[in-house]
Amino acid sequence: MSDAAATLKSLPQSGGFNNSPLAQWVKANLFPNWWSTVITLVLTYFILKFLFGALSWSLFNAVWSIEGTDTEVCRELKGIGACWALIAEKHRFILFGTYPFQEHWRPALLIVVFLVLYGLSTVRALWNYWLGVVWAAGLLSIGILMWGGVFGLRFVEQERWGGLPITLMLATFGIALAFPLGILLALGRRSDMPAIKAICVAYIELIRGVPLISLLFMASVMLPLFLPEGLTIDKLLRAQIAIILFAAAYLAEVVRGGLQAIPKGQYEAADALGLSYWKKTGFIVLPQALKIVIPPLVNTFIGLFKDTSLVLIIGIYDLLNAAKTSTIEPKWQGFSIEAYVFVSIIYFVFCFAMSKYSQKIEAELSHTHKH
Amino acid sequence: MSATATAADSRPMIELRNVNKWYGEFHVLRDINLTVERGQKIVVCGPSGSGKSTMIRCINRLEEHQQGHIIVEGTELTGDLRNIDTVRREVGMVFQQFNLFPHLTVLENLTLAPIWVRKMPKKEAEEMAMYFLGRVKIPEQVHKYPGQLSGGQQQRVAIARSLCMKPKIMLFDEPTSALDPEMVKEVLDVMIELAREGMTMVCVTHEMGFARAVADSVIFMDKGEIVESAPPTEFFANPKSDRTKLFLSQILGH
Ligand SMILES: Nc1ncnc2c1ncn2[C@@H]1O[C@H](COP(=O)(O)OP(=O)(O)O)[C@@H](O)[C@H]1O
Ligand SMILES: [Mg+2]
Repeated sequence: MSDAAATLKSLPQSGGFNNSPLAQWVKANLFPNWWSTVITLVLTYFILKFLFGALSWSLFNAVWSIEGTDTEVCRELKGIGACWALIAEKHRFILFGTYPFQEHWRPALLIVVFLVLYGLSTVRALWNYWLGVVWAAGLLSIGILMWGGVFGLRFVEQERWGGLPITLMLATFGIALAFPLGILLALGRRSDMPAIKAICVAYIELIRGVPLISLLFMASVMLPLFLPEGLTIDKLLRAQIAIILFAAAYLAEVVRGGLQAIPKGQYEAADALGLSYWKKTGFIVLPQALKIVIPPLVNTFIGLFKDTSLVLIIGIYDLLNAAKTSTIEPKWQGFSIEAYVFVSIIYFVFCFAMSKYSQKIEAELSHTHKH
Repeated sequence: MSATATAADSRPMIELRNVNKWYGEFHVLRDINLTVERGQKIVVCGPSGSGKSTMIRCINRLEEHQQGHIIVEGTELTGDLRNIDTVRREVGMVFQQFNLFPHLTVLENLTLAPIWVRKMPKKEAEEMAMYFLGRVKIPEQVHKYPGQLSGGQQQRVAIARSLCMKPKIMLFDEPTSALDPEMVKEVLDVMIELAREGMTMVCVTHEMGFARAVADSVIFMDKGEIVESAPPTEFFANPKSDRTKLFLSQILGH
C-alpha cells in the first residue's frame, strides 16, 4: 500500500518511465484518486488469488494419469487438484459416446469433414454453387460414415451415436435449416397478405412463448402420435426438428429487425425497375438487412449451438450428456467437474470461432459497402 | 399493320382521367386529368404537400389510385400485376433521394435490372451500362459504391440506372432538391440533353430555368388539384389563377 502511494506521488514529477504513455494511462484509469486506488488494489488482490487458485487446481496440483484402475490419488487431492486422468481415460467416450470402439475413426473423420466444410464456407471466393456441391458431398459422406452398411463399413444403428458428432450435426443442420426458415417467417410477418402474416405471427409468438425443453419433450412424445401408423421417425431427427422450429422463431425476429431498417426508397427503386418480389428481396433487401443484423444473428447461432445440449433430457447422448455419463462408473464418481471443464473448452472453441468469424465478415462488408 | 402502327404512335403515352385518391379521409388527388403525348415534357410544380409526388407515383403504380383511369402506353393500371409489370418496364423513375443500392457497385446498380428483368446477357448489359455512364459523364466511377460518390454523381448514376431499362417515359420527382447548389447544374444538364433527344418526361421540379428550357407544358398543382396548365412562356408571363401567382411570386421573388 505505502509503496503504491509513494509511486503515485512520484508520478507527476519524475521523468522516464513515469511519463511514458503506459504510465499515464495506468494513472489516469487505475489510480486517478484515492477510492479508485482502493478499488483497483482490492480487485487486483482477488483476481490474482483466483488466478493462482485456478492454476494450482488445473495445472500445478493436477493428476494427469493413474496407475491401473485406482483413483485413490485423485480422491486424496479432490478440491486441490484436478483429476485429468479421467479425461485421459474417458475422452473417447465423451467425444464419441457409445459408438463401437473399433469404429471410432468414423466419427473422428466426421468431425474432420465438418471442420473442413466450415472452413471452406468461410472463404468468400467459394461462395457460389460449388459450395452447395461440396456441402452435399460432405453430408453424403457424413451419412455413410455414421451409418455405414455400405463399402464394407459395419452398420451402426442410430441409438449408438453420441458425443461431439451429435452436437455438431444438431447445430449444423439446426443453423442451416432454421436460418432460411427464419428468413421466410420474417418476410411472411411483413407480408401484405393477411393470412400469411397471421400464420407467421402466430407461429413466432407461439414458439417463442415455450421453453425449448418442452418443445423437445413434445417432439419426442407427441410427434409420433400425429404420424400415420407404421411411420416412425427416430429420436434424433425429432430433436433436430424441434431445434430447427425453435431457432427459426428467434431468427425470424432478428431478421425482421434488419428488414425494418431498410429505407422505403430501396423497395421503391426496386419496384420502379420492375424487379419481382423475390428478386427485390433476394438482391436488394436481404443482403442489406442481413448485413445489419450479423451480430444478433451470430448471437442466436451461438445460443443454438449450446442449446443443442438440452437434448440430454430426452436421452440423446450429445457431447454434454456423454460427459455427464462418463463419470457414472463408481471409480470416477465425483469427478464430473473435470468432465464439464473438458467439454466446456470444446463448446468454447466452436462458439468463439463463430464470434471471431462474424467480426471478420462484418469488417470485410463494412469496407466494401462504405457509406 | 401500318394503320395500327400509326394508331400506336398517335395515342398518348400517359393518360390520367378523373383520377382520385385518398389517404384515409384525406383527399390527396382530386379529379386529375392529364395527357402526355409522345416526346412531350411536362413540368409539375406546386407547394409542398400538394400531391405532386403522389400523382407521378401513381403513373408507375408506386401508389394506387382509387377512382378514375390511368393508362400508360395503352396499358391501363389496375390491380392486374401483369399490367403493372408491363408499365414498369416502360417507365423509369428518378427519386429525390437517389435510392441507389448501397451494397452494389455502380456497375451492378446499372446492370441488375437489365439482367434480371430484361434477361439481357451480362456482357451486353455491362456494355450498355458503360454507354449510359458515359452519357451522364461519369464512366470512371463504374467500380465505386454509391456511398463513395457525391450527391450529383449519385443522381446521375440513378438516371443512368433508369435509362439502362430503355424506358419510353421518364418520371423525375424533385431530382435536384436534395443536392448541394453547385451540383444542381450537372444533373439538369443531363436531363436537358435527355429532353432534347425526345424522351417523354414528367418532372416534378421547382427549377424554373429547366422548365423554360425544355417544358412543353407547365402544370401547377395545389391541394390535390391541377390548378393551371400552360406552355412555359405563358405560364410565367400570364398566370391566370391567384394561387399560381402567389406561388410564382414566392419561388421567383428572390
Ligand atoms: N403514405 C401516406 N399516407 C398518408 N398521407 C400521405 C402519404 N403520402 C403522402 N401523404 C400526404 O399527401 C399529401 C401529398 O403528398 P405528396 O404527394 O408527397 O406532396 P408533394 O410531393 O406535392 O409535396 C401530403 O399532405 C402528405 O402528407
Ligand atoms: Mg414530393
